[in-house]
Amino acid sequence: MNLTLKIWRQKGANDKGKMVDYQISDVSPDMSFLEMLDVLNTQLIEKGDEPVAFDHDCREGICGSCSLYINGEAHGPDRLVTTCQLHMRKFKDGDTIYIEPWRAKAFPVIKDLIVDRSSFDRIQHAGGFISVNTSGNTQDANSIPIEKANADAAFDAATCIGCGACVASCKNSSAMLFVSAKVSQFALLPQGQVEATDRVMNMVNQMDAEGFGNCTNTGACEVECPKGISLENIARMNREYLKASFKG
Amino acid sequence: MSGILNSSIGRKFAMALSALFLMVFILQHFAINILSVFSPEAFNEASHFMGTFWAVQYLLQPVLILGVIFHFVMGFVLEIKNNNARKVSYAKNNGSANSTWMSRNMIWSGGFILVFIVIHMIDFWVHEMNVKYVAGDMTGLIDPTDPNSGFRYYEELVVKFEPIWRVALYCVGFVFLSLHLLHGFGSAFQSIGANNKYTKALKGVSKVYSIGIPAGFIFIALFHHFTGTH
Amino acid sequence: MALDSKIPQGPLADKWTNHKNNINLVNPANKRLIDVIVVGTGLAGGSAAATLAELGYNVKAFCFQDSPRRAHSIAAQGGINAAKNYQGDGDSTYRLFYDTVKGGDYRSREANVYRLAEVSANIIDQCVAQGVPFARDYGGLLDNRSFGGVLVSRTFYAKGQTGQQLLLGAYSAMNRQIGRGKIKMYNRHEMLDIVVVDGKARGIIARNLVTGEIERHSAHAVVLGTGGYGNVFFLSTNAMGSNVTAAWKAHKRGAYFANPCYTQIHPTCIPVSGDHQSKLTLMSESLRNDGRIWVPKHKKDVEAIRNKTLKPTDLKEEDRDYYLERRYPAFGNLVPRDVASRAAKERCDAGFGVNATGEAVYLDFASAIQRYGKEQAHVKGLNENDAALVKKLGQEVVKNKYGNLFQMYEKIVDENPYETPMMIYPAVHYTMGGIWVDYNLQTTVPGLYAIGEANFSDHGANRLGASALMQGLADGYFVLPYTIGDYLADDIRTGPISTETKEFEEAENKVREDINHLINNKGTKPVDYFHKKLGKIMWNKCGMARNEKDLKSAIEEISQLRAEFWKDVRVPGDANEFNEELAKAGRVADFLELGELFAKDALVREESAGGHFREEYQTAEGEAKRRKEFQFVSAWEYKGEPKDAVLHKEDLVYENIEVKERSYK
Repeated sequence: MNLTLKIWRQKGANDKGKMVDYQISDVSPDMSFLEMLDVLNTQLIEKGDEPVAFDHDCREGICGSCSLYINGEAHGPDRLVTTCQLHMRKFKDGDTIYIEPWRAKAFPVIKDLIVDRSSFDRIQHAGGFISVNTSGNTQDANSIPIEKANADAAFDAATCIGCGACVASCKNSSAMLFVSAKVSQFALLPQGQVEATDRVMNMVNQMDAEGFGNCTNTGACEVECPKGISLENIARMNREYLKASFKG
Repeated sequence: MSGILNSSIGRKFAMALSALFLMVFILQHFAINILSVFSPEAFNEASHFMGTFWAVQYLLQPVLILGVIFHFVMGFVLEIKNNNARKVSYAKNNGSANSTWMSRNMIWSGGFILVFIVIHMIDFWVHEMNVKYVAGDMTGLIDPTDPNSGFRYYEELVVKFEPIWRVALYCVGFVFLSLHLLHGFGSAFQSIGANNKYTKALKGVSKVYSIGIPAGFIFIALFHHFTGTH
Repeated sequence: MALDSKIPQGPLADKWTNHKNNINLVNPANKRLIDVIVVGTGLAGGSAAATLAELGYNVKAFCFQDSPRRAHSIAAQGGINAAKNYQGDGDSTYRLFYDTVKGGDYRSREANVYRLAEVSANIIDQCVAQGVPFARDYGGLLDNRSFGGVLVSRTFYAKGQTGQQLLLGAYSAMNRQIGRGKIKMYNRHEMLDIVVVDGKARGIIARNLVTGEIERHSAHAVVLGTGGYGNVFFLSTNAMGSNVTAAWKAHKRGAYFANPCYTQIHPTCIPVSGDHQSKLTLMSESLRNDGRIWVPKHKKDVEAIRNKTLKPTDLKEEDRDYYLERRYPAFGNLVPRDVASRAAKERCDAGFGVNATGEAVYLDFASAIQRYGKEQAHVKGLNENDAALVKKLGQEVVKNKYGNLFQMYEKIVDENPYETPMMIYPAVHYTMGGIWVDYNLQTTVPGLYAIGEANFSDHGANRLGASALMQGLADGYFVLPYTIGDYLADDIRTGPISTETKEFEEAENKVREDINHLINNKGTKPVDYFHKKLGKIMWNKCGMARNEKDLKSAIEEISQLRAEFWKDVRVPGDANEFNEELAKAGRVADFLELGELFAKDALVREESAGGHFREEYQTAEGEAKRRKEFQFVSAWEYKGEPKDAVLHKEDLVYENIEVKERSYK
């Protein structure tokens, strides 16, 4: 396949960036999208140019590093995949592909296609945990049975990889799907009840302080989420938050 | 509880509550208006009651006005804030791949509805206020000096829908209302945290309401335009 | 220096308890005066950082990723072992200990493994308390599955994402401490050297990967939880960024490197599809619970399958060779990984590989789908003879158990594994070797500790499935935080360590020199060129089967490649900016040294054990042949060039377990 790539290039956080065109040939349909970029980068290095910087690590869809906005969609046109799991067989010979970084005030660009997602970490610092001493002395794991349906729902929420596709694809750059996934995981488990009030208040306050937009329920996040995190989690977080507000 | 309106979820919740309130109001408004098709008398009775009963006039009416203003102001404030959350926009964005046009354009449908409401208020409400509270005529009669002249409401309605331009304008207004509701109805429930096994059923209700009610209003306007005799 | 493993006296079962009772402690007020650096935030590093902070130490944690949550432990799929015996199938601490030592082909340290088995149960308690959503049964209790090399069900799991859930648990524990200010987190930082002051590890030199700044960080002790070095093979199931740099720099500063040749080649990975490939994807071992491995019995069928004139589903049962079930009737498809991998290689080498490259075997779920389908039909009172219905019900069960793995396979290979068998082939996965540590997890450099995959101690020559997560968390949550106190108790009056010393300066200058060399080299070939070339040498000559001739030539070739690298590598861009090529170049430079030591270690070890298979040493049936005279740990001391490394031996003593032939027949 021969392709035209339009890629966002930006030297550093404080530099102005622009879209730059690249031609690439001999792309195999079996390549992953990032392997296609590897080929481009090898060509750029051999020509003496700077390679395109992008975040990536595990390349099997679980670490949440990769974060490309491809042809107007987070992680590209395929569903339930991250960019590293997107394969070139989803494109056609002669296609033009736009590749941009996540765009959000709370995700400033570091270089080219790499953004700073530490705002997600700070939200987790605010309350994404159960305060249990980690040096042992906990009760037996089977002392509290948990209804399978709740355990499964908590697991589904917990599969969030923190990639930020929800923010990137939301027209408001809202982080509610991400935050609600963590809030939901703990809200569905008995272990999470003790700190439920503080957790949701603190996490939502931090989310607001980071400059994410508000949710208007367009549902774009759910569609683009590589892990299929459900909008039900946002509804649950809304409930948890309102409950906490009226309690506090 | 303090400062709930300063938080994202609090605002969302407030938007949803005002929306639910307005949807109840629209339903009520529709219920009275549709009477005009079947029974001008019943329509007149209902209109007179709504226009003169103290609780409606001095309690519900101000609440409604505040609700409308709140919903619009908050809508615009949130839109501005949300736009600020993304400073650089995408060179290519394929929104239709993951969301409906309605959900992404609430601000536009809402904006047109606002224009419509202003015109609608000038048409009916300003006139009502003038008659009742400026001229001091609380009788609701065509001729306040003649108790047998009958209520004026149906008359006024039919007159308003004579010019085709107004009927067209109303139809466009209701189309936007429908688009707004097609997203807003379900969205309001999601915002207040109701997403459960009833959500699927609710989607059906949402479709019926969001298309049925505006279509009904359009029907009323067309009905009076074509059957009105003057 | 003689190696002292510091194994406590007394009976095996009491060693850990006695040891904890006898070591020095640091009182809570004094812990506030002590700084600890933790490098790496995977299961081992993340859990250690959290617990050390919980105990009161000031922790500085470093990771090269943009968040600790992205460490590669996240990709572990199948599960975590623990001797809970919830299934009542005869499991016990001793049995877990026994299985692990036997699985490791009698090349691990008894006392360490026993301690691991002992604390394993506590890990599950801990994780559940943290809100880790393990799989549960309908009664609301925790569910278990089986893994290779054992006869009980002791593996706890969260679908095919157990590593993710455990890591997020450790990450949440870290977040709590970061929120409290007890952990200072340095994301996107890469450790580039250890600073040793007066013989003790007192800090690190790190590069800020965003700004390129070289930073000095001091502490009273340094903990490395930096994972394994499988990426020396270029293609592996490791993440792109996984590297040996931290461990290798520690080695160069005096930490002995143990058993580098013990590499786990995982039997069930998606086969290589072409030269463009950047990494390999694992299909969890848990799939072998239900998947049957086979190749055709006859060459003509192999040809037909390769030509696509025959569909594997159309091949009759009697024409299939379920070679694991044939060779190992007792364990069948659930033999340990080293055995399963070698058996796959044996079949493919004999010409029975089922894809175009001849390097793939089938992992087939058809009979499991049938079995589960019938069971479900029976439970639901439906017609058990309705083939379509049975298939549908069976597929649902399989989807529930392995859905995410099947989806992953389909996305990569573009074939539906519910309808046609998966194709798999072994790939480099885990490295049992690593930095040598004593019972306290301290390296040969006082104050320098190594935990998780970065150390060598618990898995011997082969790791059993679902034991890596167990070891990482055991080291981090429950072992290191105790044992490090014994060392730090002497540091309560030391006060803050200054970074303005000649040792820090020397280390920083060395780091800067290397970086400047790489940036200014302006050669002709990109870093990946060298990495891929190294990988090919490693895979062909130090891979699943090794021999003296190949190993000797590998040593030569790697040494030449290293010289070529330093002469001809091209690193674009600048040192003072985000520069991934520069980071990669530094990592590959270290792989090029480690690779040579790896081959040397494999050459010296004239026996076959676990992941290390020497063609010269095999039984008549082609199984690994251990030799009594190699019952020791090879710990290598750095002396300049890898070829000059000096071998130190730690003899392995088995007092509680009989060293036997390792049979899974």
